[in-house]
Amino acid sequence: MRFMRAPKPVFAILIVIMLILSGVSIFIGAGDMSWDNPNALQILMISRLPRTAAIILTGVSTAITGVIMQLLVRNKFVEPGTTGTTEAAMIGLLIVAAWMPGWPVFAKMTFAALCALIGLGIFFALARRLPAEQPLLIPLVGLIYGGILGAVATFVAYQADLMQYLGIWLTGEFSGILAGRYELLWIAGALALVTYAVADQFTIVGLGKETSLSLGLKYGQVTAIGVGAVAISSSLVVVTVGVIPFIGLVVPNIVSRAMGDNLRESLPIVACLGAVALLSADILGRVLRYPYEIPAGTVFGVIGAVVFLWLLLGRRSHA
Amino acid sequence: MITVQGLYHQLGGNPVLRDVSISLPSNKMTAIIGPNGAGKSTLLDVIARQSKLQQGQLYLDDQDMTQIKPQDLALRMALVSQQNGIASRIRIRDLVGFGRWPHHQGRPQAQDLDKTAEALDRFDLNGLGGRFLDEVSGGQRQRAFVAMAYCQDTDWLLLDEPLNNLDLRYATALMVQLRALSQVQSKGIAIVIHDLNYALNYADHIVALKEGQLAFEGAVSDVANSENLTGLYDTPVEVTKTEKGLFVQHHLMAAS
Ligand SMILES: Nc1ncnc2c1ncn2[C@@H]1O[C@H](COP(=O)(O)OP(=O)(O)O)[C@@H](O)[C@H]1O
Ligand SMILES: [Mg+2]
Repeated sequence: MRFMRAPKPVFAILIVIMLILSGVSIFIGAGDMSWDNPNALQILMISRLPRTAAIILTGVSTAITGVIMQLLVRNKFVEPGTTGTTEAAMIGLLIVAAWMPGWPVFAKMTFAALCALIGLGIFFALARRLPAEQPLLIPLVGLIYGGILGAVATFVAYQADLMQYLGIWLTGEFSGILAGRYELLWIAGALALVTYAVADQFTIVGLGKETSLSLGLKYGQVTAIGVGAVAISSSLVVVTVGVIPFIGLVVPNIVSRAMGDNLRESLPIVACLGAVALLSADILGRVLRYPYEIPAGTVFGVIGAVVFLWLLLGRRSHA
Repeated sequence: MITVQGLYHQLGGNPVLRDVSISLPSNKMTAIIGPNGAGKSTLLDVIARQSKLQQGQLYLDDQDMTQIKPQDLALRMALVSQQNGIASRIRIRDLVGFGRWPHHQGRPQAQDLDKTAEALDRFDLNGLGGRFLDEVSGGQRQRAFVAMAYCQDTDWLLLDEPLNNLDLRYATALMVQLRALSQVQSKGIAIVIHDLNYALNYADHIVALKEGQLAFEGAVSDVANSENLTGLYDTPVEVTKTEKGLFVQHHLMAAS
């Protein structure tokens, strides 16, 4: 049994930490949550539980899309947020908000995911043309490409008078999460489960096209599942929460270094660590300047950047 | 038997293989030789269905290979391609275990684990099982990929320059292993190889390519002579029969 070798203790410890942090996340905050408050249950159901659920779903989804993206590009230093995918989704969302405001949510999301897909496709085409011996070139080109798409998004937002949307999407935060406003994230959570179901196939794809084909894997099909999951998940997260930078880079890199890239073993750890990291960032943002909030995306932006630099500079040179 | 008929192949608009017709005998070891860029890897890739067949016919025991589903072909033929950088951090044990994937599709049984253990043992990887692929030497990685292909337990084993990075102990050990696999386990083996001493002494059959065309093909005893090999490489090659086997001399330009 492949999964029998998974380091169970690490997973169990992470689950416990996640539960403790979820408890903390539910019970800190501006509203009175004592038992004699007749509104406590209502606050819990409408605001606190949805917020905590949204954080966990976002953390899980962002960390896992990072892993998938790194596998598909075969480069450890990319995630949807640093390679233009998020910006492409934003362009799609702006277009529908400006010109098709009457569309149902589902249609809007589909359109955004399609734009993300196109953005991903162009990035893959760019990445394939870069020399494999220069692994840092791909993330750099991704950043430039993301910058260009970001400029396009700003232009569209400016023309359509939707700059405030862009502002909301660019800083991921959870203070506005209420029941009825975050449920799309469950789709991202479901996609994370789909990813786990085909974890072996993704691991084999990570070994390269030759090995995949020699093992009879439907390489194109698995790649398509991965690309679709990345495009849909990043669109869903951007529209409900906004951009949370670095989780998709930092979490997968830490886990890969510690336990390798056999996804059957590592994906559950990646998912939990993503949730733990984002719960911590959100709690920190809420207590640092209480009763004011610093957005979780901002908190993680600072911490994540430092950790990522450390990972980047401390990376062993591969033979 | 694998039969290739009238194969033409282009890469990036350039003709790489032209009118190649060969057959690889079952239960035997075939060495595919020829200068750099002759099209050896391309030929192996087309046979292993890594590249789409462009023009020509491919048969596996009289069955049209283009009609065999990829997941069925993976149970009959394994390929060790010419490795370039692997970005993945996979433990050697897991990598070799993935050779069983065509058999269990994600749900390994006892016999899959047994086969994996046997493959690790056979290719002397026991002490390295827990190591990550990016933390072993090129030769050790090469052996792990061969062990993975062995683990796939197919009738056919295709290997593209598997001796790269191997020191002479492991190179010899691998050739001995491959010969044993063809003789004892009745596997058909095709190996792209540059070392003519290994090729001529371990293989049964030779396919020689030059500039995308078949230069010669046949049993080692029939075609492996100084004249053929000198023409193939445009370099003086001398084959001498000794008590222990064939000896190929080519490293002294104007040897007297
Ligand atoms: N992707 C490609 N595009 C264009 N030409 C290629 C490509 N790959 C290989 N070639 C050319 O095809 C020829 C055969 O290559 P290959 O089969 O790898 O040779 P060998 O394995 O015998 O050294 C070479 O001349 C090589 O330059
Ligand atoms: Mg080659």
